[in-house]
Amino acid sequence: MQVDPIHQFAINNLMQLGTVRGHQLHFTNSALVMFIIVGSVSALLIGATAPRAVVPGRLQSIAELSYEFVANTVRSTAGNEGMRFFPFVFTLFMFVLFANLIGLIPYSFTVTSQLIVTATLALLVFFIVVIYGFWRNGLHFLNLFVPKGVPKLILPAIVVIEVLSFLSRPVSHSVRLFANMLAGHITLQVFAGFIILLAGAGVLGWFGAVLPFAMVVMLTALELLVAFLQAYVFAILTCIYLNDAIHPGH
Amino acid sequence: MDPTAAKYIGAGIACIGMGGAGVGVGIIFGNYLAAALRNPSAAQGQFGNLIFGFAITEALGIFSLLIALLLLFGL
Repeated sequence: MQVDPIHQFAINNLMQLGTVRGHQLHFTNSALVMFIIVGSVSALLIGATAPRAVVPGRLQSIAELSYEFVANTVRSTAGNEGMRFFPFVFTLFMFVLFANLIGLIPYSFTVTSQLIVTATLALLVFFIVVIYGFWRNGLHFLNLFVPKGVPKLILPAIVVIEVLSFLSRPVSHSVRLFANMLAGHITLQVFAGFIILLAGAGVLGWFGAVLPFAMVVMLTALELLVAFLQAYVFAILTCIYLNDAIHPGH
Repeated sequence: MDPTAAKYIGAGIACIGMGGAGVGVGIIFGNYLAAALRNPSAAQGQFGNLIFGFAITEALGIFSLLIALLLLFGL
């Protein structure tokens, strides 16, 4: 039995909402999981902090720890002026983190393994950086592309490289999260497929199937780390890009 | 050559690029660990830089993996 590792990323229509100019609007499993993510993040942050206990319980500790963790990250990378973007970065972090964690539950759906979702988030960050940078600094924002202390001779080449690297930011920002999630889940699926292949081969295969099963358990632990790490990377890169908009001089 | 075979060979070749990213990520974490053992008190402050360098390096490997995945499943 050959398991198709890509099948888990298929988007299914759950309910038809209507048509707009001939395009059908569907409520998909991706949208359902996004609602679950927003609901669980809200339940954690609103519900767990509602008692406002002086000595926090477990859930309240999680909520407070995640708040302080992201707040420290924003303050250390984007400075105190960057704290006005803290709600934005915190929202992004919690959304990506819960999307990754919910995607680890078997038979659920990983929203961040869809390029369209991560590209939307990355383009949102990109346009906020560009618009806020020009709004705050005016044309001084263009200093971002002109590093100080570079010899005049090679300056044009450096400016071209800086502009290109700036424009490729949303690509790498979105593809990093997308490809990490995609590759991790494909790996899990392939190793889970080995279990089925070996277990179907008879009694000797059952003992052989223990090996890929142990591998799947360890990979799941690794994926848990990756899920957290990629959410953190997404948030810290957002902070670094926002820092460029706030302090465009190198 | 059979186009399907060429596709699979191309996906395999594209994955070689991940080796470079593997070397880079190893250098980053290895140097961080070496520096952290020399000066443990300063290690925590550089954790953000570590993750940033890791993310930038990893992105290049991810790009080659993406090409391989596109060849296998996308195009």
